[in-house]
Amino acid sequence: MADAVYEPRSLPVGSREYNATGWLGALCLIATEGSLFAYLLFSYAYFAVQHGKAWLPDAHPSLRYSLPGTIILVTSSATAWWSERSLKRGDRAQHLAALTGTIVLGLVFLILQLFEWKSKHFTLSSSAYGSLFFTITGFHMLHVIVGVISLSTVLGWSLAGYFSPRRHLHLTISSAYWHFVDVVWLAVFFTFYITPYVW
Amino acid sequence: MTALRTGDWEDARRPDLARIENDQPGERLQKIWETGPGLKGWFSDVDHKAIGKRYIVTAFLFLILGGLEALVMRVQLGAPNQRLLSPEQYNQLFTMHGISMIFLYASPILTGFSNYLWPLLLGSRDMAFPRLNALSYWIYLASGLFIYAGFVTGHGADDGWFNYVPYASKPYNPGVNMDIYALGLILLGLSTTVGAANFIVTFLRTRAPGMSVNRVPILIWGTLTASVANLLAVPSVSLAFFLLWMDRQFGTHFYDAGKGQPLLWQHLFWMFGHPWVYAIVLPAMGMVSDGLPTFCRRPLVGYTPVALATVSTMALGFGVWVHHMFATGLPNLPLAFFSGASLIITVPSAVAVFAWVATIWTGRPVITTAFLFFASMIVLFVIGGVSGVMTASVPVDWQLTDTYFVVGHLHYVLIGINVFPVVGAIYYWFPKMTGRLMNEALGRWNFWIMFIGFNVGFLPMHTLGLLGMPRRIYTYPAGMGWSVQNLIVSLGSAMFATGVFLTLINVWISRKGGERAGPNPWGAPTLEWSVPSPPPPYNFAVIPLIASRHPLWEAQLDESPARSSLNEGLLLDHGRETIGTSMLDGEPNLILEMPGDSAAPFILTLGLTLMFIGGVLRLWWLAGLGGAICAVALVDWFWPRRVHAGAETSNG
Repeated sequence: MADAVYEPRSLPVGSREYNATGWLGALCLIATEGSLFAYLLFSYAYFAVQHGKAWLPDAHPSLRYSLPGTIILVTSSATAWWSERSLKRGDRAQHLAALTGTIVLGLVFLILQLFEWKSKHFTLSSSAYGSLFFTITGFHMLHVIVGVISLSTVLGWSLAGYFSPRRHLHLTISSAYWHFVDVVWLAVFFTFYITPYVW
Repeated sequence: MTALRTGDWEDARRPDLARIENDQPGERLQKIWETGPGLKGWFSDVDHKAIGKRYIVTAFLFLILGGLEALVMRVQLGAPNQRLLSPEQYNQLFTMHGISMIFLYASPILTGFSNYLWPLLLGSRDMAFPRLNALSYWIYLASGLFIYAGFVTGHGADDGWFNYVPYASKPYNPGVNMDIYALGLILLGLSTTVGAANFIVTFLRTRAPGMSVNRVPILIWGTLTASVANLLAVPSVSLAFFLLWMDRQFGTHFYDAGKGQPLLWQHLFWMFGHPWVYAIVLPAMGMVSDGLPTFCRRPLVGYTPVALATVSTMALGFGVWVHHMFATGLPNLPLAFFSGASLIITVPSAVAVFAWVATIWTGRPVITTAFLFFASMIVLFVIGGVSGVMTASVPVDWQLTDTYFVVGHLHYVLIGINVFPVVGAIYYWFPKMTGRLMNEALGRWNFWIMFIGFNVGFLPMHTLGLLGMPRRIYTYPAGMGWSVQNLIVSLGSAMFATGVFLTLINVWISRKGGERAGPNPWGAPTLEWSVPSPPPPYNFAVIPLIASRHPLWEAQLDESPARSSLNEGLLLDHGRETIGTSMLDGEPNLILEMPGDSAAPFILTLGLTLMFIGGVLRLWWLAGLGGAICAVALVDWFWPRRVHAGAETSNG
């Protein structure tokens, strides 16, 4: 390289989409939270290996609430993506509608999860399986709640006109977090609801 | 990345180039970057230099506490059948000693130095997330006070720093001791995690123009590697402690021997614990890699192998945790695998050792106190490394596990590769932080007393272990053949402590009375030495343009005709600004708007602390209140900006 000369060119000021420090910070958050769930699911796998099949509850977990919940959560990822895309295209009405839809779907998932919890005949303290089930799904619900709160805050900011088709990092980050929460759910769903059937 | 042309961007600007002349542009930047006055300014300070110094001072206070705890234990063990401490008191002391040194000193001290140094090494005006930086410090302080609150009220953690179940389970430890430790460590984990994220993004985005990844100092590689590891490993220990707390508070069955699995604790703890061991030495090794060449008057031998060795040590470090569990009755296959991995990990460590030796060998060493500390680390690292390789072998480990041999090994590693480089770093960077040199004559006494005291005190621990003395015993009978060596260990430890005390005295007297340092007293090659000592709040009056790995040695080394531009660079004075550059090549691609003073980190910490106090005392309303405070602080924190490119914005 020649002398350190620098040709000044016009640079964006402040957060610019994926170049923003905030975006990278969000990726770090997702990485560390992803590890947390990896260690949680490791614990499940460890117990499964250590105790064998007898460790599972007698009946395989029902898909009555969990399957609709899964479909709803995946749909909410799509609406979150749609919301951001609409904002980038300058369609504010669609952006707001899709964002509201995402929040509502998140709340519906939470309600379904509460039904799911009520339908279980084991408890947090009745067995190691129960402890793991309620702890892991509880951790995930907590993340859904945080996601809903952050999307709602972003919705408020959007209504107040803080975002433009170019500048909407808060929405980008909140939806990335939301997608992450959904992906985690797929891993949790697979672990608790699918593996017992194929084991 | 999206293909937006930068010119199309709303609020885009062409950064001005400027030359430093007299007080300009520094005087103008001073007004923009200065922290506000008074107590409010103190609590809302986000300057990485202030935060770094707070980290260093706080970590040293914990080092002193941990050291005093160790000395009391050494008085007890200096002779057989001593009854100064009851077994219960001894348990709390060795536990608090371990927690203080490993969690509250060893990592935070390195975070402190990195916090202070990173932006100066990288040619930036602050870390990527200044408020997150402040948050990281406040939570660290809160967690330290939290854990020590248990100790001073007689409810200190008392099952060792690695806190094995079932000892730590409710039936065998019914007090709140363990609940305090569990939640305190989760709190500390938050601090470590946000700090790690900050280092990673700072590395990726805020290097000066032209500072490609192959031009950053090794300290940056060390802290970066440790940070990535922390990001991935800390959740494991936080989870381990959270599950313990659940077992204790809500009767879950994670760790009990009936329905749960006690070994889950050890897995989760050591999956974190072993990467952590490297996280608390790699940045210190980085300090040596950067400090040693300054005094050898030549660049580090093998920059690229050393950087790669740093990263590969960490990668391997994730695959060796079971060597802490060789004696737990695992099958042969994992024993063989983890034993092999633990032997292989010596290879990258050896790369660094040979690079340092070659640097001294082929250089023209200038013997200063800092040099002595850095160079002696090599010796201590080799001793600690060799005893480590010994225990990587399963049969040897079976013989030595839970004996004083392991105590000797871990102290050689942690004191040798952490404390010695850190004291060296104090001598090396103290002039940068204060503008004054430390006293060299006192420094020699300081070094030799520490070095001799350490070896006299800690080398016999190996033979004590070979003679069968177990670790964590509060006393021992006469006639075991351990008495004389224990006395030597106690005397040596006292001498070592005296040496550490001399460091503090030297800091104290040199703070005001030391010789004036000037910007670059050692003739060092890296960017922090291009700015005044102590550096102004904005660090760099103009953001320098970098052409090589050693911007201040280009004339002497003359490796290429390219020269860095230190006195002429990017001005960026429309508010608190610094440059954002591309991840690999360091090409400018964004003007970063930096936040000003903010009380949000402190308030968020208060909220978190209330939450955790509620968790210990089972006051759920208090935990809820803390959570609400956190939520409000976070919304305020992330409040978006409407206006860009102007000095008038202050939030963001």
